[in-house]
Amino acid sequence: MSTGTVERTGTFLNRRKKKARGEGDLAESGGFVWTTTAWVATLIFFAPVAWMVLTSFHTEADAATNPPTLFAGLTFENYSALFDRGVTPFLINSATASIVSTLLVLALAIPAAYALSIKPVEKWTDVMFFFLSTKFLPAIAALLPIYLLVKRIGGLDNIWVLVILYTAMNLPIAVWMLQSFLAEVPKEIMEAAEVDGAGTLRVIWSVIVPIITPGIAATSLICFIFSWNEFLLAVNLTATAASTSPVFLVGFITSEGLFLAKLCAAATLVSLPVLIAGFAAQDKLVRGLSLGAVK
Amino acid sequence: MSTVAEAQEENAAPPVRRPTGTSARSRWVRRAPLLPALVFTIVITQVPFLVTLVISSLHWSALTPGDKSFLGLGNYNEFVGLDNYATVFTDNRLRSAVLNTVTLTVGTVLISLLLGLGLAILLDRRFPGRGLARTLLIAPFLVMPVASALLWKHALYNPTYGLLNGTLNGIWKLFGADHGPTVDFVSSYPMPSVIAALVWQWTPFMMLILLAGLQAQPTDILEAARVDGASSTKIFRYITLPHLRQYIELSTLLGAIYIVQHFDAVFSITQGGPGSATTNLPYEIYLTTFRKFEYGEAAAAGVVTVIGTIVVATFALRVVSSLFREEQAR
Repeated sequence: MSTGTVERTGTFLNRRKKKARGEGDLAESGGFVWTTTAWVATLIFFAPVAWMVLTSFHTEADAATNPPTLFAGLTFENYSALFDRGVTPFLINSATASIVSTLLVLALAIPAAYALSIKPVEKWTDVMFFFLSTKFLPAIAALLPIYLLVKRIGGLDNIWVLVILYTAMNLPIAVWMLQSFLAEVPKEIMEAAEVDGAGTLRVIWSVIVPIITPGIAATSLICFIFSWNEFLLAVNLTATAASTSPVFLVGFITSEGLFLAKLCAAATLVSLPVLIAGFAAQDKLVRGLSLGAVK
Repeated sequence: MSTVAEAQEENAAPPVRRPTGTSARSRWVRRAPLLPALVFTIVITQVPFLVTLVISSLHWSALTPGDKSFLGLGNYNEFVGLDNYATVFTDNRLRSAVLNTVTLTVGTVLISLLLGLGLAILLDRRFPGRGLARTLLIAPFLVMPVASALLWKHALYNPTYGLLNGTLNGIWKLFGADHGPTVDFVSSYPMPSVIAALVWQWTPFMMLILLAGLQAQPTDILEAARVDGASSTKIFRYITLPHLRQYIELSTLLGAIYIVQHFDAVFSITQGGPGSATTNLPYEIYLTTFRKFEYGEAAAAGVVTVIGTIVVATFALRVVSSLFREEQAR
């Protein structure tokens, strides 16, 4: 096993990761007991999710039995009930708020990360820490003035207010992540482009962006997840027209009373986009969750 | 403005990663890409907080508005200085909210860190289906927090047909009993119920970061230790744990910062109750703002929360900046 080969062929993005490990040297420790333990632990953690999905396909009568039934007939009626109850506008609002704010975040964060890494401005670490420190400001502490202002300008129940707030919420994370990706772009490439006469914007757009595409994808994913799941701002700043999926979920339970199967269907449906995105890009999650500090 | 001239000017600087611009113009060229993000962040996050700071010094109840206008946003009664802070620190509800926030945060972070470490160690080994196991394990973190809170409250904790009681019942029946015990988890054990739901949600987060840490261990040192005859326990104690330290610190502090601010589970599972047994600071502030309409008090409580978070965050910044320096040094 040659670590050297891996180091040489590995891209600059995962220099730190010793891929060679885990491929060979731990083979002897995959004992039956540990494998079983790992799987049992995994299944215990996954059980509530599995239960949610399974119950969502049961009828209300089958869902509310004690002891629980695993093998009842499956039905889509809970999902069609959700769409009859008008979940679609909420999903569209969530998608609008998440996707548009993610695009805005990228538009603001890519140039900022460029200024903080490729040709750093003076005191650039201070600026980085300023961005990070805004994540330590609990949203609840800034909510009151935002609420009063939004109410004053007649912006309550307007999806674009959420778009702007989600952009601010995710921008610091994105700056940190993108900075960590940009710091790994070889300087020679940019210098070559500049020698060839490319301006700053041109260099960012045609040279840097293509190289850090994986980083941009990871950043978008994290921003999307946080916006899609956000509840505090959504529940306080929207009423009906601009409400997002989590607000639908809470309102649905309150107005419908407790119908377990429908609750599970609703919970599954609103979690689905993030589950799919997260499963598809799980290798990128770690770096995003740790603001790029862990590769 | 000629881009070629600009490029040459930039190019004249030596390729060192330090600000070397000499003229004011080149410094502004350098700053320009940063400014939109910086200005936006300051306007949306810092300005509202400053306003909160001002509101915290006012006697302002939206139910009985006074005659003094606050920037045209509403009418307050009078300027009261630090009175709201005195209320915050003497009010029983708020004091218990502070305690609950600490319990919730420390409990959730510690338990999910330990479970996450255990899972990370298990998943660091190669075994059949490891990739699938990892995928299944991160699901709790991806489920929408409000959805997972409602799922726990209704599908798992429900005394009559929740999964937990249902399973207890099923086990009891296996042994010939008529029915199992019925535990009303949320009413009887409100705080553990909220913590359990949050632990379930945050363990995958801890696991992911710690697993990344485990997999970034230098292979040669591990191999050398093994060749020298070190036992697995010793390798873990003397090589793996010290190596993991910064990952443990990072995941603890990031987790703590998010959980201090946590709102969704308290809102959905217990509504802060019974009484105020599970009311944490964010939920208490929410109630003070949108149920009691005591804007001044809510603002003061918000400022206190920020100060508390900054205390935690100071440690966090130290950890992150040590990782960051290491990054720059390489």
